[in-house]
Amino acid sequence: MDMEVKQLRNTVVVKLDGEMDMLMAEKLKKDIDQRLLNKPIANLIIDMEKVTFIDSSGLGAIIGIYKKINAVGGGIAMLGTQPHVKKVLVFSGIDKLVNIYSNECDDIMDEFR
Amino acid sequence: MNVKNYVRFEFLSLAENISFARSCVGAFASQMDCTLDDIEEIKLVVSEAVSNSIIHAYDKEDTQRIEIMVSIMEMGILEIIVKDYGKGIEDIKQALKPAYSTDPGRMGLGFTFMKSFMDELEIISQPGEGTSVRLIRNFLARAEKAHA
Repeated sequence: MDMEVKQLRNTVVVKLDGEMDMLMAEKLKKDIDQRLLNKPIANLIIDMEKVTFIDSSGLGAIIGIYKKINAVGGGIAMLGTQPHVKKVLVFSGIDKLVNIYSNECDDIMDEFR
Repeated sequence: MNVKNYVRFEFLSLAENISFARSCVGAFASQMDCTLDDIEEIKLVVSEAVSNSIIHAYDKEDTQRIEIMVSIMEMGILEIIVKDYGKGIEDIKQALKPAYSTDPGRMGLGFTFMKSFMDELEIISQPGEGTSVRLIRNFLARAEKAHA
């Protein structure tokens, strides 16, 4: 799985590509933890358009990151989730903590291109 | 019940092999009369079972062995067995509770997904002797229920 991270002031956009399991979860957690050490992140946008799979390890990584960002008053949004990925997100209840959008919000993403 | 086809494979307890395992099982299951949604759910439960073995049974030690056997049986039944030789589960009843995990950094949804997306879940485990997770999906019964 590939991961592209861009930061604009206190907002971070993580573009994920591939399958979000234990392998990717650890990579994502490590990267965000490192960024949080340097400077608080107010907003984290996860571009899920190219994520074709997620399991509980992937969900666990998102929850872990959510707790850390929420503790400093920030929030997370997930964009472009595919239907079968969204089904797992909703089943887990993560949609009550994180805003999930099925369609990519181009106006937001354009800022980071 | 007669087995119409089966596949059996084993691999090292490396995180890189989780994707390989679920893809193999998904590809094998796709010869049954099922939808893409069915395959996605099967891949998810295999991912959960293999991740459990790597994380909980072997504490992420990547030199251990995990076996998978998948059987296509008569009457549209798919059986998946994921077996490890790790430390085993002390309290299976507790492990099956939603959101329970021995690792505070995890969501404890693995068995919940397996129970929810499959028709049967059986866990055979002894501390120190490993764990065998048996998952059943009855495609025929699901199709009949959907058309009822």
